[in-house]
Amino acid sequence: MIAALICVISIATFLQFFVSYSRSILASTRKVQLSDRVREVTGIAAHEIAADDFARLLQLLRLCPERGDDQTEIRAVGTYYGLLHILGDVSRSIVPSVAAWTEQERQSCSYFAAVALDRRISYSRDLLTQQGGDRS
Amino acid sequence: MQLGPIDYGLWLTGFLLEAFVVVSAFLRRDFLRYFSLNLYMLGVAVVTWGQYHYIHAYGFNSRTYFYYFYYSDGLLYILMYFVVIHFYTQLFVEMNVSRYIRGAAVILLAATAFFSYIVVHQSKDHLTTRFVVELEQNLNFVGVVLIYLLWGAILKLRETRTRLIQLVLALGICYSATAGAYALRNLFPDAYILRWIPPVMGVWLPLAWAYTFTKVPEDARLATARLLARAR
Repeated sequence: MIAALICVISIATFLQFFVSYSRSILASTRKVQLSDRVREVTGIAAHEIAADDFARLLQLLRLCPERGDDQTEIRAVGTYYGLLHILGDVSRSIVPSVAAWTEQERQSCSYFAAVALDRRISYSRDLLTQQGGDRS
Repeated sequence: MQLGPIDYGLWLTGFLLEAFVVVSAFLRRDFLRYFSLNLYMLGVAVVTWGQYHYIHAYGFNSRTYFYYFYYSDGLLYILMYFVVIHFYTQLFVEMNVSRYIRGAAVILLAATAFFSYIVVHQSKDHLTTRFVVELEQNLNFVGVVLIYLLWGAILKLRETRTRLIQLVLALGICYSATAGAYALRNLFPDAYILRWIPPVMGVWLPLAWAYTFTKVPEDARLATARLLARAR
């Protein structure tokens, strides 16, 4: 009985801590403006970033050279996105308000991925410029 | 039961990350500023190394390893309490109540130690794996409650220091997942997959702390209202 109670409370607190932690990572990119370059590359120049853009943005991210310092946050946000996806699917017909919230959160995850992509593109350009400078 | 490459991989990764947190704190000259946290990481690193040594010397199923695991984990809980107390004093730094926090912490620690002593004393003739799992579950749960109260205070006081917020949340994730895993193991002793959660969390905590210390500047600020998940 006590083990069951501890189990339920622990899972509930774990979810709360995990959601808050993921949101603290997402919050760091919320105010960052996307460059025209990344909007052009991703094809999101005309419309807002959609929740479902995350997977596509992640694929583009993998094509760019790694900066080496953003892997942890990308993995954490990727896990958060996956959990939101499951929660959204489960709650769509039962609790629409939760489904709407997960959609909004997934959109934030996609925006985060777009910012990460923007940073990697800038990093790649800097690398190319540096290499060009070294050759000349 | 034999340990596989994944067990050793998790061990090594955890150990390296723990060492990284401590060494990078030295290099940043932050060791004393986060003394209890670094002491905890150092303690976990030493215990991890010791576990490896004891398994190699005596075997995973030996009594020696069993008692080493049991006692070292108890010591780590004491260090973890100091980390939580450090976070409380950081949170209430402007209220000048650190004296009371330390007093309350000493009482709590003494009470937990006394309670554990009574439980262990009564069960000293049958210190089984199941008993240890139950004790671990309870100690972890005390940690979860302490961290949850701390998180509640952070929200209530509208704390904005991103570093403090992320350090506390990472610790909360670690302890709630571990307490949940031990509770589930108590309920379903044969569920093999649950065995993986504590080692994975052993990697998660130093990884998350290393990330926070290297990526989040000391003066970074964050509105806590943004962290509250609300379905409209």
